[in-house]
Amino acid sequence: MTLPVEHAVLLSVALFAIGVVGVFLRRNVITILMCIELMLNAANLAFVAFSRALGALDGQILVFFVMTVAAAEAAVGLAIVIALHRHKDTLDVDAFNILKW
Amino acid sequence: MTPALQELFIAVVKILVIFSVLLGLFSLMTYLERRVLAFMQFRLGPNRTGPWGILQPVADGIKLFFKEEVMPEGADRIAFVGAPIVAIVTAFTAIAVIPYGPPFRLPSLGFLPEWLRGREVSLQIADLSVGILFIFAVTALGVYAIVMAGWAANNKFSLIGGLRSSAQMFSYELALGLSWVGVIMLAGSFKVADIVNAQAGGFWMWNLVWQFPAFVVYLIAGTAEVSRIPFDLPEGETELVAGFHTEYSSMKFALIQMAEYVNMITVGVLVTHLFLGGWHSGVPGLPPSFVWFAAKVGFMLFFFVWLRGTLPRFRYDQLMHFGWKVLIPVATLNIVLTAALVTWAHR
Amino acid sequence: MLDAIVFYGLAALALASAAGVVAQKNPTYSAFSLIVTLCSLSGIYGLLGSPFIAVLQIVVYAGAIMVLFLFVIMLLRVKQEDHPAREGRLLKGVAFGLGLLLALQMTVVLAARGGTPIPSIYEASTPAVARLLFAPRFLYVFEATSILILAALVGAVALAKKEP
Repeated sequence: MTLPVEHAVLLSVALFAIGVVGVFLRRNVITILMCIELMLNAANLAFVAFSRALGALDGQILVFFVMTVAAAEAAVGLAIVIALHRHKDTLDVDAFNILKW
Repeated sequence: MTPALQELFIAVVKILVIFSVLLGLFSLMTYLERRVLAFMQFRLGPNRTGPWGILQPVADGIKLFFKEEVMPEGADRIAFVGAPIVAIVTAFTAIAVIPYGPPFRLPSLGFLPEWLRGREVSLQIADLSVGILFIFAVTALGVYAIVMAGWAANNKFSLIGGLRSSAQMFSYELALGLSWVGVIMLAGSFKVADIVNAQAGGFWMWNLVWQFPAFVVYLIAGTAEVSRIPFDLPEGETELVAGFHTEYSSMKFALIQMAEYVNMITVGVLVTHLFLGGWHSGVPGLPPSFVWFAAKVGFMLFFFVWLRGTLPRFRYDQLMHFGWKVLIPVATLNIVLTAALVTWAHR
Repeated sequence: MLDAIVFYGLAALALASAAGVVAQKNPTYSAFSLIVTLCSLSGIYGLLGSPFIAVLQIVVYAGAIMVLFLFVIMLLRVKQEDHPAREGRLLKGVAFGLGLLLALQMTVVLAARGGTPIPSIYEASTPAVARLLFAPRFLYVFEATSILILAALVGAVALAKKEP
C-alpha cells in the first residue's frame, strides 16, 4: 500500500488543532463537549496510524480503551450539563462563574 | 478486460439485480400485507386495481408521486429533507453485505464473454471480514433518521414520537447485538456466509435448536428495531397522530415507508441466515439452493404480518422495561452459557 | 492508487466537517457535522487496515455517543448562540489555533525523517486483536474498563435525576 502514514498523522494534528480552537472559542457547554470528542478522535487516529506504521496491534487496543473512556466521559459530562441547565436555565459557560473571587 | 474491471462489472450487475428485486419485493410486501391482514380480519382488502388488486402498489406509487409536498413553517429544512435520505441510505447499505444464496457457477454459454464462462459468482455485493458487525453498525446509524425526522418538523407530536421511537430503537439494539454473539461464537466468524455454512447438514444443526433463547431474543428485538406491531407505539395511528412522520407527505413519506419495509426484509433475511440455516435445506439429501432461502424468508415475512394482525401494542413503559430488564439479561446469560459450552467442547 | 484518492477525499471531508463543528451557530448542526466527521474517520481507519476499529467507531461513537448528545440538545431546547465568540476573541482564537497547528505539523514532519518503512503485511484481523486484548498484558485494563463504565452509569443517573 502506498498510503503514507505521515499524512494520517498530519490529519490527526489538524483535527486536534480544530478541536482546541473550538474549546476556546465556543460558549455553549454542549458544543465544547463535542469539540473535546473531536480531540479524542484525533488522538485515536494517531494511535491507529502509528499502529499501522509499527506493525503492532497495541495501538488498536488503546483506541478501544480510549473509545470506552470517551463514552463514559460523554455520559457523565452530559449529565452534568443537564444538572447545570436545571439550576440556571442557560448553557453559556460564562454564566457559571460563582467560584470566581 | 483487467481483473479489476471484471470485478467492477460483476459488482454493478449484482447491485442492479439486488436493488430491483428489493424494490419489487417492497411493493409486493405493501400489497400482500394489506391482503393477508384483511383476510385475518375477515374482510377482503384491496382487490379492485388489476386482477386480485395486484396493481395496488402501482396505484399507491402514482398517488404519492403526484401529492403536494408540504413543508411546515418553521421546520428545519436540512434535517427535514435529510431524514428520509439517511433512512433509505442506511436501509440499502445493510442490504449490500448480506448473501442471498449459495455461490453459483455461471454456465459456459456461447454468448457470454471469455472471462464470464464458468465463473463462480457469490450472490453478495461486498464480502467484508467484519460482515455482521457492519450490519449492526449501519442499523445503529438508522436511528438518526428518526431523530432528525422527529425534530425537524417543529411539531410536538413529531418530537415526542421521534424521541420515543429512537429510544426504543437503541434500547433494543443492545439485545439485538447480544443475541448475535452466541451465533458468532458457534460459527467462529463474522461473515454471514460462514455462519450459514456452519448450519449445514440437517435441520438439527440450525441455530434455532442450538441457540433457541438467542432466536427468541432476536425475533423480539428485530421486531422492535423496525417498529412493527407489537412495538409500534411511537407511530401508532391512535397514539401520536402518526409519530415522527406526521408532517411528511408525498415522496419523502414514500421513502420513509420504503426504508421501514426494507429494514423489515433485512431482519427477516438475517433471521433466516443466522437461525434458520439460510440457504441449506433441512434435509441432508437435498442440495442447498436459493429456493429454500426464499421460502424461509417468505415465511418470516408472513410471520411479521401475522404478528401485526394478532397482537395489541405495548405501552411505552412496558416496552422499555421489557427491553432493558428482560431481553438483555436473557441474551447475556445465553452468551455466558454458549461461551462455557464452546470452551468445554474444545478441550 | 485508489486508496490514496479515497483517503484524501475522506480526509478533506473530515476536516471540512470538523471546521463545521466549530463554526456552526446551531448546536444541532454542530452535532450533525461531528457525526459526518466520525463516519469519515471510520472510513480512514478501514483504509489504515483496522476493520474492527472502523466498525467499533460507528457503533460506539456515531451510533451511541452522538445519539446521547442529540437527545440532550433536543430535550434541553438549546437555542442558537449569537456569536461564536466575543469581539476580538475570534481573531486571537484562530491565530492561536493556526500557531498550534503549525508547531505540531513541523514537529511531525521533522520527526518523520528517516523513519522505519511501513511493513506490508499487517495482520489486523479481529481474532488477532481479540487475542491481544485478552492477553495478560491488557486483560486487567479490560476488566477495569468495565468497572469504569459501571461507575459512569451510576454517576450519570445520580447527577441527572430529578429531585422528588
